[in-house]
Amino acid sequence: MCLAVPSKIVSIDDGGIAQIDVLGVRRDCSVRLTPNAKPGDYVLVHAGFAIQVVEEQEADETLRLLQEMSDRELAEITGQQGADAPAGEPAAAPAAAR
Amino acid sequence: MATKTDLDSFRDPKLARELLDAIERLARGKNVNLMEVCGTHTVSIARYGLRSAMPEGVHLLSGPGCPVCVTSNHDIDTMIALARIPDVIVTTFGDMIRVPGSSTTLGAERAQGRDVRVVYSPLDALAFARENPPRRVFFLGGGFETTTPAIGATILTAHDEGLGNFFVYSAHKRTPPAIMAIEDDPETQVNGFILPGHVSTITGLAPYRPLAERYHVPGVVSGFEPVDILSAIARLLAQIDEGQARIENAYERGVLDEGNVVAQRMIDRVFEPCDATWRGLGVIPGSGSAIRPEFADHDAARAFSPDVEPTVEPRGCRCGDVLRGVIAPDRCPLFGRACTAEHPVGPCMVSSEGSCAAYFRYQEHSR
Repeated sequence: MCLAVPSKIVSIDDGGIAQIDVLGVRRDCSVRLTPNAKPGDYVLVHAGFAIQVVEEQEADETLRLLQEMSDRELAEITGQQGADAPAGEPAAAPAAAR
Repeated sequence: MATKTDLDSFRDPKLARELLDAIERLARGKNVNLMEVCGTHTVSIARYGLRSAMPEGVHLLSGPGCPVCVTSNHDIDTMIALARIPDVIVTTFGDMIRVPGSSTTLGAERAQGRDVRVVYSPLDALAFARENPPRRVFFLGGGFETTTPAIGATILTAHDEGLGNFFVYSAHKRTPPAIMAIEDDPETQVNGFILPGHVSTITGLAPYRPLAERYHVPGVVSGFEPVDILSAIARLLAQIDEGQARIENAYERGVLDEGNVVAQRMIDRVFEPCDATWRGLGVIPGSGSAIRPEFADHDAARAFSPDVEPTVEPRGCRCGDVLRGVIAPDRCPLFGRACTAEHPVGPCMVSSEGSCAAYFRYQEHSR
């Protein structure tokens, strides 16, 4: 979960919320921790916050790595569909833990 | 799936070959343990078969880098107890849902009718608090420095807005004290650390310097690509070869030497260091992040004292020893038998970033 996802900033509103493009999906993220970020920049995004402005090349490389990961990991990291799907949760875990 | 090292699957097979040759050369006559402390490194090493690509005498260990894995059973039990308070909304990240506490999981509590919601960002939890003023909304926070500033900014926003129904349970951890604790552990011998990527994006290099200065052990910040990790390993071996111990940055694309100063200030504004219990490592002084008294109104640990069940560790599970690098996952008697990806017993198998899950999924074997 300590992986940040590279995203391109599309726009930033007056409240410091940016609209970003992550793997083709539009999301919101806060730029409070990267006050110098501007539209067109690539940023590493973690838990809904941009944490670092990066070069486009770094963004491409990390995205490629992400795309090689499983759908579940990707969904967890990007918060896209599936992150809250009970299907991915092993129902037997509590029983096994006893 | 790369169970054997398949260089053709690397972005730059030629560079990978050169790095492996350099590693081979530098490793001659040595017997060293190198540890990574980042769940994404764990997965990348397993996925690309880097462990088996190492020459004899270079052992890659996985340390306490998976955030949900290092969260203590008592913290999980406390989170579950908070979820059982009537009429609350509990929010957390996806991987926390499946982690077993002493007798149950947040996911199982949800199946029992508790309002447990997975969020992508703590800001989503804040939105629930705004939309549901009569209900109390908890965010159950775990994870390392990558995550902590985001939680801090969220608490600050709640404070500024006077959102009296928003609370955070902070089980956040600081990476550098855990690395020093590993060095202090007489059962573990680590000769160099592959330092985390996006944790270091926040912290920068300075907090790791005691590793080199006090323990004379080198550390190299690494990116996530297999060639990044090979490069970090080569740089560690080169330092060991020269008898040097420095903290180096081999991931300048994503990490500034000084880190993200704005994010560091956010952590310091909202949190203060506290002693924290890590699974496997026990209590490490100054390794946690407690919410400062100024923000006590949003601190679930201060505002509530739910009945927490007595802590019971899963019988036979050796996650704690795996997290310290004392044993490889496949040396646990439960591994692959009672404990599998389908029926995980301990958190290191539950989380996709856990060492046991990575070993299991990519069919790794210790040597």
